[in-house]
Amino acid sequence: MATPLTLFEKVWRGHEVVAQTADTPAVLYIDLHLIHEVTSPQAFTVLRERGLRLRRPALTFATMDHSTPTRTEQVFGGAPISIEAAARQVHELERNCAAFDVELLGLRDERRGIVHIIGPELGLTQPGKTVVCGDSHTSTHGALGALAFGIGTTEVGHVFATQCLLQRKPRTLAVNVHGALPAGVSAKDLILAIIGRIGVGGGTGHVIEYRGEAIRALDMDGRMTVCNMSIEAGARAGMIAPDETTFRYLAGRPRAPQGAAWEAALEQWRQLPSDPGAQFDREVDIEAGSLEPMMTYGTNPGMVIPVGGTIPERADDPVFAKALTYMGFAPGQALREHPVNVVFVGSCTNGRISDLRAAASLLRGRKVAAGVHMLVVPGSQHVKREAEAEGLDRIFLEAGAEWRESGCSMCLGMNGDLVPKGQYAVSTSNRNFEGRQGVGARTLLASPLTAAACAVRGRVTDPRELL
Amino acid sequence: MEPIRTLRSRTVVLTASDIDTDQIIPARFLTTTTREGLGKHLFADWRYGPDGAPRADFVLNQPQAHGCSILVAGANFGCGSSREHAPWALTDFGLRAVISTQFADIFRNNALKNGLLPVVVDADTHRWLLEHPGEPLSIDLELSSLTLPNGTTVRFPLEPFARYCLLNGVDELGFLLGREAEIAAYEARRGLA
Ligand code: SF4
Repeated sequence: MATPLTLFEKVWRGHEVVAQTADTPAVLYIDLHLIHEVTSPQAFTVLRERGLRLRRPALTFATMDHSTPTRTEQVFGGAPISIEAAARQVHELERNCAAFDVELLGLRDERRGIVHIIGPELGLTQPGKTVVCGDSHTSTHGALGALAFGIGTTEVGHVFATQCLLQRKPRTLAVNVHGALPAGVSAKDLILAIIGRIGVGGGTGHVIEYRGEAIRALDMDGRMTVCNMSIEAGARAGMIAPDETTFRYLAGRPRAPQGAAWEAALEQWRQLPSDPGAQFDREVDIEAGSLEPMMTYGTNPGMVIPVGGTIPERADDPVFAKALTYMGFAPGQALREHPVNVVFVGSCTNGRISDLRAAASLLRGRKVAAGVHMLVVPGSQHVKREAEAEGLDRIFLEAGAEWRESGCSMCLGMNGDLVPKGQYAVSTSNRNFEGRQGVGARTLLASPLTAAACAVRGRVTDPRELL
Repeated sequence: MEPIRTLRSRTVVLTASDIDTDQIIPARFLTTTTREGLGKHLFADWRYGPDGAPRADFVLNQPQAHGCSILVAGANFGCGSSREHAPWALTDFGLRAVISTQFADIFRNNALKNGLLPVVVDADTHRWLLEHPGEPLSIDLELSSLTLPNGTTVRFPLEPFARYCLLNGVDELGFLLGREAEIAAYEARRGLA
């Protein structure tokens, strides 16, 4: 009998143009190359310098998200983009896509959004594909059973010119999540707990496959949240085997196969899940039933505790002490009831429709506490329209939150949506690094439900108190 | 790319562990469309005060850091974003090697493509290096070894292909373009031609 293979192994093997040897990495074929304005300009420059074209422009797809404005008047109203360098980057992408024949969803395109939201949304991301982008959260697309990972700008140039990458084969890590998540505990809490358990370097050199009942029970939005933060555990990629949930999600999406091609694709996709008995290099087991809403207290996503927990003590660890000083916290302190200044719901981690529904469910009929600035930024224009059709925008606005156009926004603040120095921001994004949301900003990562609960009370709150 | 064989320099030490790419170069400097000139933004939020003036207490601003091409950093360096601006900023500042206990995958890839050597050492060597800033080291790429001032030599892992490219100044894009026949055959097999 053939050796049982993992999902990763199957996708990898299907894309080996040249297998790796002791001396040379594999040449791996890329099915989908997503690009955006920040990490592509220097790669286009290399093409120009060397007189090269894109090998497969049709497998390349561009959007703008990182430095784009979220204020309606700057997107649609003819007001200029307030940051000049950002405007230049946007125009450079338009120019490059036109010159090199790449399909671009421009600033006013109704399909535009954060690159990792629109790939799956348009049906471009599919099971078994290799997907790359000059962005570390490309791991998100692994939720559909693709092998998807972030690359640097030099590699963006490699894919442009050859549709291939030189890659060493990563190791595999199975994260088995048993049981069911309790009420009020979401995919975000699960992935934060996993990172807390294996550490920010715990997945380095590995592709994670998330498995088990709790993963199967997640909808696609939740699966994307989990895979999105694989990189925060240092993993190269995160993957989830495609199943009926995946197929239902993809059916009928504009760029998904249609008709007979759909049936043929389904046939292939059903072969992808890891074979029984397939071996992983490492395995980790997590009990979903014991998890609680989580929140970070430090300056990397591994510094995380249950919302109701207390900050640990780590004597003789100057790095830990420095992180707490930055955050204005002390060892042994409880997070609960700590005042909150800003609440951000959005990003490629939690900017999808289910995330907005979760936040809105808690805000319905309630108000954002006085003095708290709450910003809700849908992950794509499609998510925005969907939310508006359901009346979620009214709920946010009536509660006193801001409702914006899509983009990365306050996740990294490149477009000027920043957390003021020293303020505490409960954020549904993925990184709480020093200065990530603005110089001196103090980020507390949490789920959309927890973020909404904190907005209502103006203090760190376990959302289960308000359910 | 210039070939590298050996590297000799005093070290500059940043003890913080898990230094992420947002520290190496904050997002607000990513609106550039070129690769050059990012060295001035390296570690910007640690290096400059709120008024933009260099902080005298930050090691990269001190006279002994001048001319150092080897950075010793705390455990696990380069996590976070895929921004190649991080190695661009480090090399533009004049650094050619970073020593730590582990590197984030994307950062390591990006560094190697820009002639910046990620050197992984064991915990004991790492501790010694953190405690002895400014000591002269020499790195031999051919042997993948690092020699401490007392003559002790430690080997570090370096992927053979990356080593070959660094030693010979080989450009990976050229290597990939040379695989045209295999790529075309693969596309034909998949019906992509
Ligand atoms: S939302 Fe944040 S993490 Fe996601 S792509 Fe944008 S900047 Fe990166």
